Amino acid sequence: MEIVWYIIIGVVLAMFFVLDGYDFGTGIIHLFYAKKEKDKEVIAKSAGLFWDSNEVWLVAAGGMLFMAFPTFYASVFSGFYLPLIIVLWLIIFRAIGLEFRGQFNYQMWKDIWDKSFGVSSLLLALFFGIALGNIVRGVNLGIVDTGVSTQEPHYFFLPLWDSSFSPLSDHPGVIDWFTLIIGFIAVVTLAIHGANWVILKTNSSINKKLKGVIFKLNIVLTALTVFSLVVWQIVNPNSLNNFIDKPFLMVFPVIYLTGLIGLFFIKKIKKDVHAFALSTMLILGGITSSLASMFPVILPSVNDTNPSLTIYNTAASEYGLSVAMYWGVIGIILIIIYMIIQKRLMAGKVDKMDYGH
Amino acid sequence: MEDMLFYDRLQFAFTITFHYIFPQLTMGLSLLVVYYKWRYLRSNIEKYNNAAKFLMKIFAINFTMGVVTGIPMEFQFGTNWAKFSELTGGIIGQTLAMEGMFSFFLESSFLALFIFGEKLMGQKLHFLTGFLVFLGSWASGWFILATNAWMQHPVGHEILENGTYVLANFSELFTNPWLLPAFLHNQMASVVTSSFVVASIGAFYVLRNKQTEYGRLFLKTGVIFGLISSVLVAFPTGDWNAKNVAKHQPAAFAAMEGIFETEEAGAEIVLIGQPNMVDKKLDNKIAVPNILSFLTYQEWDKQVPGMDQFKEEELPDNIPALYYSYHIMVGLGTVFIGVMALALFFLWRKNLHKMKPLLWFIMFLVPFPYIANLTGWYTAELGRQPYLVYGLLKTSEGVSPTVSSGNTLFTLLGFVALYMLLGLLFLVLVGKTIHQGPTPQKH
Ligand code: HDD
Ligand code: HEM
Ligand code: HEM
Repeated sequence: MEIVWYIIIGVVLAMFFVLDGYDFGTGIIHLFYAKKEKDKEVIAKSAGLFWDSNEVWLVAAGGMLFMAFPTFYASVFSGFYLPLIIVLWLIIFRAIGLEFRGQFNYQMWKDIWDKSFGVSSLLLALFFGIALGNIVRGVNLGIVDTGVSTQEPHYFFLPLWDSSFSPLSDHPGVIDWFTLIIGFIAVVTLAIHGANWVILKTNSSINKKLKGVIFKLNIVLTALTVFSLVVWQIVNPNSLNNFIDKPFLMVFPVIYLTGLIGLFFIKKIKKDVHAFALSTMLILGGITSSLASMFPVILPSVNDTNPSLTIYNTAASEYGLSVAMYWGVIGIILIIIYMIIQKRLMAGKVDKMDYGH
Repeated sequence: MEDMLFYDRLQFAFTITFHYIFPQLTMGLSLLVVYYKWRYLRSNIEKYNNAAKFLMKIFAINFTMGVVTGIPMEFQFGTNWAKFSELTGGIIGQTLAMEGMFSFFLESSFLALFIFGEKLMGQKLHFLTGFLVFLGSWASGWFILATNAWMQHPVGHEILENGTYVLANFSELFTNPWLLPAFLHNQMASVVTSSFVVASIGAFYVLRNKQTEYGRLFLKTGVIFGLISSVLVAFPTGDWNAKNVAKHQPAAFAAMEGIFETEEAGAEIVLIGQPNMVDKKLDNKIAVPNILSFLTYQEWDKQVPGMDQFKEEELPDNIPALYYSYHIMVGLGTVFIGVMALALFFLWRKNLHKMKPLLWFIMFLVPFPYIANLTGWYTAELGRQPYLVYGLLKTSEGVSPTVSSGNTLFTLLGFVALYMLLGLLFLVLVGKTIHQGPTPQKH
């Protein structure tokens, strides 16, 4: 049962990053590349029409994590207190940027909300990457000081950063050079994904240019990926064991690689949907590979005193997990139906769609 | 430790209060949207359709605010109440996750379709999307209240040796005797808010002599729905809730009603009075003998236990706030029935739109249903103290062990600042929408 819920939550989280990922990415593209008012408007619209139905995946993932792995939820949410609350604030800024920009027709009003949307999208992408970095790096569980736990073994608290700025310190902070690299990877990946979304959903005048941008970003991403794989080995020397033990897990990195290689041919790809599918593979492959490399651990401990958190030592009761399967399956079927209806009605380019006025 | 608890509670109280400003309107408003849409389907009079779409615009702004302030609520269980989440997540995680899966998805998908899809879908389907939005928002209330009902009156669980609560019987979460009365009362209260808002917009249009056709329509709908829901809020649902509190949380009940000393031959109902915590009595009391016993037990001289019957540590820790919250809610509820009954009388005589002073009064009454709703929640939440899970888990045992009070104070200040900005934007946008009015815009 733990494994089943682990997979379900993994899928829901991956859905969140794929779906909300494109509107974060759209924000990044908007910030750096949209210059003409017309482009700004349609690009904002291509995110604005969809963000709230995408964000429900975050709410669903949060709720299910709470239900299935309460100890993990409690530990991680209180331990990463500051960055999480900052993420909440950014989510709010982003949403109001999108919802309110079109409400008044003053240039200054629009500029303010455009920046709010763009900057908070960028920072959110960075923070989500940093979060993933923290999860694979691990934390000082139980706040161990000279061999003694000062808290229950599954609680911790991280400052935003630590003076050494190093993932190898005894008390790593949220931001160190390793998590920052993962953060950059997230920003570049989502920027590519967002650019593909803009190309797919709008007729903006920068669509042509964006293909070139994707190509360049993809080079950066390849370099960052290779680099991160090397440092990953330093931070967590066991990270390849799972793949060696269970070779079928290699499909996940292969998905990532397919996306990465495919995107080098961006200028030759005829159908925009295909390009979007490739960046989707980047995100799915990236997340699933990281999870697969850790399984069944979900939060490694960096000290020897307290064990890592796994799906087994943080899960709710067997009975709870099994009843939740019944409504979970019904819920997922309903969600898929809603999504199909919604996607069919909102198919095509957004330029002509009426938004919010 | 003390400080930390204080800031965590303050932060929760602040963020939930702000959050609940929005859902109470959306839940009630979605009912009115469905009503207008239904009238339009039956009569084909364009006015009803425009009214429905206009209210849905206000709904949409509220919804966005509900979403952005609701996400922090869900996260806060983990960030500020980690110990509570760890111990009870196996139970309240169920209802909160169901809320996410069933109601938010429903609501947000179909809201988008309602707003953007009228031409694509045709009228019958458009009505259906409106109805699904309504269903989603009420289901949301249902699951949230199921969560809260478990905290007020825990059922269907087992407690393990290490203190963890595990689910023993899933269906008991939804047959909890606390749930149905609380849900019905809360939903009726949200219809009160939305009716008063709609009536007030109507009064505004009529007084300003603009959009008067819609002004009168909104007044009529607001007054009729307002009266029905105000009555239902008090009776049977409010009364039912009070009986539940008396039965399951007698200490909270004594404090709510301001009974410091048990009376042998039946309890009086307090209309006015100020709790005096030093002398343990009510100052300046006006009360009617034996009524409370009758209302609670239908027996004039049945004893209602007063606060003297309970140990200090079982009593809520802020008795005056609890007492005032409860009396403000009930007092306002009585005023609402009176005002709406008067308005209905003039509506029936067909001269409500000429009654300027009454219209002004209705227009400025808008904050009060919000106050009644919020004080209602304060009653429920303060009455639950000093427990987080009634009778079982103390609030002080639920906080995050590793988050210091400085951090909570910092984030609390951040939320205050951000929510001030949100509140301002919200008012500007709703004001703009009301100003534009329901007549279709020419493109
Ligand atoms: C417009 C708002 C409104 C109005 C006019 C009233 N209420 Fe209320 N009341 C609520 C809005 C509300 C609420 C916000 O919806 C609460 C909070 C929790 C809940 O389920 O509903 C609530 C809770 C609540 C409780 C439960 C408290 C607890 O859980 O400890 C009781 C006993 C009453 N109400 C009783 C009444 C009575 C007798 C009223 C007579 C007029 C009344 N309410 C009017
Ligand atoms: C499902 C619904 C709700 C749940 C699960 C819930 C849960 C909680 C929790 C965990 C706390 C903190 C601990 C405590 O002080 O008791 C709390 C406190 C509080 N809640 Fe709620 N709450 C809910 C709804 C509401 C609503 C809608 C309001 C008001 C609008 C509200 C008002 C408050 C207040 C004022 C406090 C502070 C109490 C105090 O400081 O003593 N709650 N609630
Ligand atoms: C502590 C308690 C609460 C939590 C954790 C909470 C959580 C949330 C969350 C996460 C959202 C955003 C959902 C989305 O993405 O669409 C939301 C919105 C909403 N909440 Fe709350 N909420 C709480 C209290 C309440 C209460 C007491 C009610 C009403 C009974 C309520 C009713 C709603 C509704 C109807 C929405 C949909 C948005 C809207 O209509 O404005 N919530 N809530």
